[in-house]
Amino acid sequence: MALQNIFGIAGSALNAQTVRMNATASNLANAGTVAGSDKDAFRGKRVSFKAIMDAQAGSVDQDNKGGVKVAGISDDPKSITRMQDPGNPAADKDGYVYLSNVNEMSEMVEMMAAARSYQNNVEVVNTARQLMLRTLDIIKS
Amino acid sequence: MNIIDNAFSLHEKALGMRSQRMEVLSRNIANADTPNYKAQDIDFRQVLKDTQDTSMRTTDAAHFALGEVDNGSGLKYRVPFNVAFDGNTVELPVEQAKFGQYAADYQTTLSILENRIGGIRKALRGD
Repeated sequence: MALQNIFGIAGSALNAQTVRMNATASNLANAGTVAGSDKDAFRGKRVSFKAIMDAQAGSVDQDNKGGVKVAGISDDPKSITRMQDPGNPAADKDGYVYLSNVNEMSEMVEMMAAARSYQNNVEVVNTARQLMLRTLDIIKS
Repeated sequence: MNIIDNAFSLHEKALGMRSQRMEVLSRNIANADTPNYKAQDIDFRQVLKDTQDTSMRTTDAAHFALGEVDNGSGLKYRVPFNVAFDGNTVELPVEQAKFGQYAADYQTTLSILENRIGGIRKALRGD
């Protein structure tokens, strides 16, 4: 029954977009974080998506075949800028602190995009639900 | 049961196909942000053609079947207006518009079926 699959597919997308929104929230929260070395500096998190194409029988993905899942979360490769700030307790021996590579503007855009995609999938669930209920009413006519 | 079968035949199949079509669209919408995902849609004409068997009959194992090869679902890739940088061909406004259209199509088929059932009920009750 195809209408039932829609719930799984849209549900998987809702989940994936939530992960994306979580990553964005984390990035925004850490936008002002400074660290004492290049290695420790906060790097923005990027969520990559993957379509669920062939699900193995019995796996979790089987209900959401055709949906989307999070393929992985990776660090933003943008370079870290360092800033001369000897008064900062986190500064290294030369007086440098290392800023995060998060760009707040693009994070806001990312958040809006995730929210829009989320809303789209909520609409899909709503429509499928209405159609299913109408199909149930068919025998009442 | 022939009358009932006749009354429902095409619309019953159409209802199944329409819900399948909505599933394909919901896949597209779910994967709107997936890199390299290609949007798909069901070719209604192809499916309708497949349900009406117009191919030549083969009555012997040595016969070759003529006519179109039945590929089943009629699933095809959509030709996009623009391809995104990441190779994704889902265009949300297009998908949303289609989704609305298919939902309306589904309701139309439902209404037709409802009418048919209503007619049969009326005949059975005899009032």
